[in-house]
Amino acid sequence: MIQQKLREIAKELLMKKEVDLIIGFGEGTLPLRATPIFVRDPEEAERIIWNSFCENNLATYLHKFDRFKVGLIVKGCDARSVVALNLEKRFKNNPPFLIGVPCQRMVDRRKVKKAVKGEILKVLEEDDRIIVEGEGFQVILKRDDFLYPSCQVCTHRTPVQANVLVDQPVEELPLVESHPDMDQFESKSLEERWKFFENEASRCIRCYACREACPMCYCRECFVDSSRPKWIEKGLSPSDLTFYHMVRAYHQSGRCSGCGSCERACPMEIRLNYLTQKLNRDAKELFGFEVGINPDGPPPLSTFETEDKQDFIK
Amino acid sequence: MMEKSWEPKILAFLCNWCSYAGADLAGTSRIQYPSNIRVIRVPCSGRINPLFILKALQSGVDGVLVSGCHPGDCHYLSGNYIGRRKSATLKCFLEFLGIEGGRVQFSWVSAAEGVKFSRVVQEVTEEVKKLGPLKKFKKSSWFGVQSSEKENE
Repeated sequence: MIQQKLREIAKELLMKKEVDLIIGFGEGTLPLRATPIFVRDPEEAERIIWNSFCENNLATYLHKFDRFKVGLIVKGCDARSVVALNLEKRFKNNPPFLIGVPCQRMVDRRKVKKAVKGEILKVLEEDDRIIVEGEGFQVILKRDDFLYPSCQVCTHRTPVQANVLVDQPVEELPLVESHPDMDQFESKSLEERWKFFENEASRCIRCYACREACPMCYCRECFVDSSRPKWIEKGLSPSDLTFYHMVRAYHQSGRCSGCGSCERACPMEIRLNYLTQKLNRDAKELFGFEVGINPDGPPPLSTFETEDKQDFIK
Repeated sequence: MMEKSWEPKILAFLCNWCSYAGADLAGTSRIQYPSNIRVIRVPCSGRINPLFILKALQSGVDGVLVSGCHPGDCHYLSGNYIGRRKSATLKCFLEFLGIEGGRVQFSWVSAAEGVKFSRVVQEVTEEVKKLGPLKKFKKSSWFGVQSSEKENE
């Protein structure tokens, strides 16, 4: 079983002192949640769990532990984030040791919560079913119906650059160029698209959870915090909200692994993924670059080809 | 009344080595071009942070023009190539979000192309005029930024 194997590997790595700490998932305090844990003691490896709710992108924590040798438990998307960070030369001294888990895809806790009435007290997983229990009810749900949207379209579930894989690689979805949701959105008129974007952004409370959850947002000073130059006001005016969301997404161009952590972290359930998905698509179309697949070669926006597309330039 | 008198405000980022000199040449050669542009001189078109463009649109301009040296002519050898990639992604992204592509324009103008500079400015002004004032994510004037409509009234 994956969980058991993860614990064994973690224990062994810590015993042999190959890593200083392991970052993985532990039991959350609420049902449907798993929480990131930082294991330093081999005995503590028993706290590591693996289930369908290990949704965070743990690569985010690498910045906080850059002086340590870290063993990181990664899904496919997390591994691609690590590769992307490596391209940006984030791990000069201590490249993380990647313990790759071929991902079974994660379950959207909000969808599960919406599917049942009443408070959920206990959740069990059995093969492809989720058994949700609460006071006076027990519901059996089909796991595949409750996946995260970003997981449904994931084409890289097996970690690409992992040092060890705990399981056999899973069968990947074929790479589809066209994504139905995206195509549908792009076929709308300019006004409709703007309305959708503005409407989504209007719910934002500027908590910056999307930024904090993202492994690629590691600037010492984010543009929203900078006061000189002051790029953006602190208020919640529609103009500032759209500006924030535009720039946050644009900063991900050619860097986002599409893990969906930003959207999962958002307390207001704002749709964020489609923005970075579009940028990823552009990076592929314009520069033939796919995030986290190629371990060497510079990020697309810090290099160039003399033959790049320029028909939009007068 | 207002419709007739409205003139777009266009911000132009011109690179120091080519386009700015091109604009200068247009001036010294007495070539006419619309007075809608406000020029900011930058060291290189690769210096343009896409934030500049977005911030300009937010602060009340109706269109932005970025102009630099022709490919291969960059004073810093590759600045305009890097800028080209940034512009390409930004342009696609803005259109995806719902901001008209004509609002953010790019051009190559060399120091010898005064005529081309005036033509580019004319074209950009025409296009932005057709699109009308940008209302989409402009800050309202009570936030301390004067909107161009108010000024023109």
